[in-house]
Amino acid sequence: MSEQAVIKYIKTPLTEETVKGLHAGDVVRISGPIYTARDAAHKRLTEALARGEKLPLDLTDNVIYYVGPSPTKPGEVVGSAGPTTSGRMDKYTPTLIEQGMRGMIGKGLRSQEVIDACVKHGAVYFVAIGGAAAVISQSIKGEEMIAYEDLGPEAIRRYEVEDFPAIVCIDTEGNDFYKEGIAKYSKEK
Amino acid sequence: MREINVSEVTKTVSKLCMDSCYYLPEELLAKFKNAAAEEESPLGREILGTIIENAELAKRKAVPICQDTGLTVVFMEIGQDVHFVGGDLYTAIHAGVADGYVNGYLRKSSVDDPLFIRKNTNDNTPAIIHTTIVPGDKVKITVCPKGCGSENMGAMKMLKPADGVEGVIKFVVDTVRSAGPNPCPPVTVGVGIGGNMEKAALLAKYSLTRKVGEHNANPQYAELEAKLLELVNKTGVGPSGLGGSTTAVAVNIEYAPTHIGGLPVAVNLNCHAARRAEAEI
Ligand code: SF4
Repeated sequence: MSEQAVIKYIKTPLTEETVKGLHAGDVVRISGPIYTARDAAHKRLTEALARGEKLPLDLTDNVIYYVGPSPTKPGEVVGSAGPTTSGRMDKYTPTLIEQGMRGMIGKGLRSQEVIDACVKHGAVYFVAIGGAAAVISQSIKGEEMIAYEDLGPEAIRRYEVEDFPAIVCIDTEGNDFYKEGIAKYSKEK
Repeated sequence: MREINVSEVTKTVSKLCMDSCYYLPEELLAKFKNAAAEEESPLGREILGTIIENAELAKRKAVPICQDTGLTVVFMEIGQDVHFVGGDLYTAIHAGVADGYVNGYLRKSSVDDPLFIRKNTNDNTPAIIHTTIVPGDKVKITVCPKGCGSENMGAMKMLKPADGVEGVIKFVVDTVRSAGPNPCPPVTVGVGIGGNMEKAALLAKYSLTRKVGEHNANPQYAELEAKLLELVNKTGVGPSGLGGSTTAVAVNIEYAPTHIGGLPVAVNLNCHAARRAEAEI
């Protein structure tokens, strides 16, 4: 593991080749389209799948960002838009990864089921710095409503991002950087 | 006796909602800058740098430090010689919260019914209000909104008196360790010891209104704060929970007398976006 943060610049939609080249602990800058969804949108997406319906967006190779931004101030593209706790999406995530979703951006721990799905289908979990919402918003250059507009801040939107700052946390080999990083600096016996 | 029109309370609460969400307390920002110089993990140092940059950017643009502008907690110390006129005090506080959140572009995260309906109230009301009556004719208002990433990681335990100091230490450190990245470290650890169940929980939250760098006036508790801070920083959780030596920047303990048979302990973790603003009327 290198001590210097080498930054990898990656483009969305992600190819299988790109995600296979990412390792837990890599610092990345993401550019391209990403889609927002949190609790309520995840529930609707998986319910639609269970009914055999077509989803309002094609998840193949796409990245979902767990975010519920603050309202947009006049003159800004979006409000403050940092990651929300990913664990609440764990229940729905394996189903979406099966649909071809390649990446997720959030913060906090994931379940073993999510890690297993990342390995099986070649997906990665990125973490963004929780609470660094004003800085993160600077990398969001455009916003478009995609689905479930009635959900307000929880609706699915497409963000056009440029050099969105994140860290690879779970890679396609099932490494979990939370565990590795904490173990490395723990001084407890 | 001093008369205060509740409209003044509304105005003050509204401004404090916005100020607390846009401006990180100065002493906390200074603390992060020190921590960034001392952090062992290179990635941790970078994360602390981003946290500092974020606070400075939010201040410059007057935008929320974090998008989760939380439930609005209001502590109010009311001088017993104050007489409120012009309406109902609690209604005035809620009106201030609604005004601050709607006009300040803060996120509304409050749902009316916790279990069945969970409908957003769309103005972040009701606030959670804690009032105390104190001598004098002034009113001190502290607004400290708090998001759920950190609030969800709080814990409470009714320890036995025999568990003693060691029991308290273990519970606090375990709580921080198992919270890991979720409360957005570096955290401030609020600890309430004593009283009964609800008293300990309230003390833990109240301890978070303290300025980082201030310690409990009782030397034994101040020493325990220092010891807990050292132990918590040994967990390795670090900035954003990705590993490092800065897991917490402070441990604040508040205590109260308790029953001969009890030792309640509550832990309330505050994220690095520790929002707090206060004013006196
Ligand atoms: S825990 Fe705090 S800093 Fe992190 S997302 Fe929630 S409110 Fe923001």
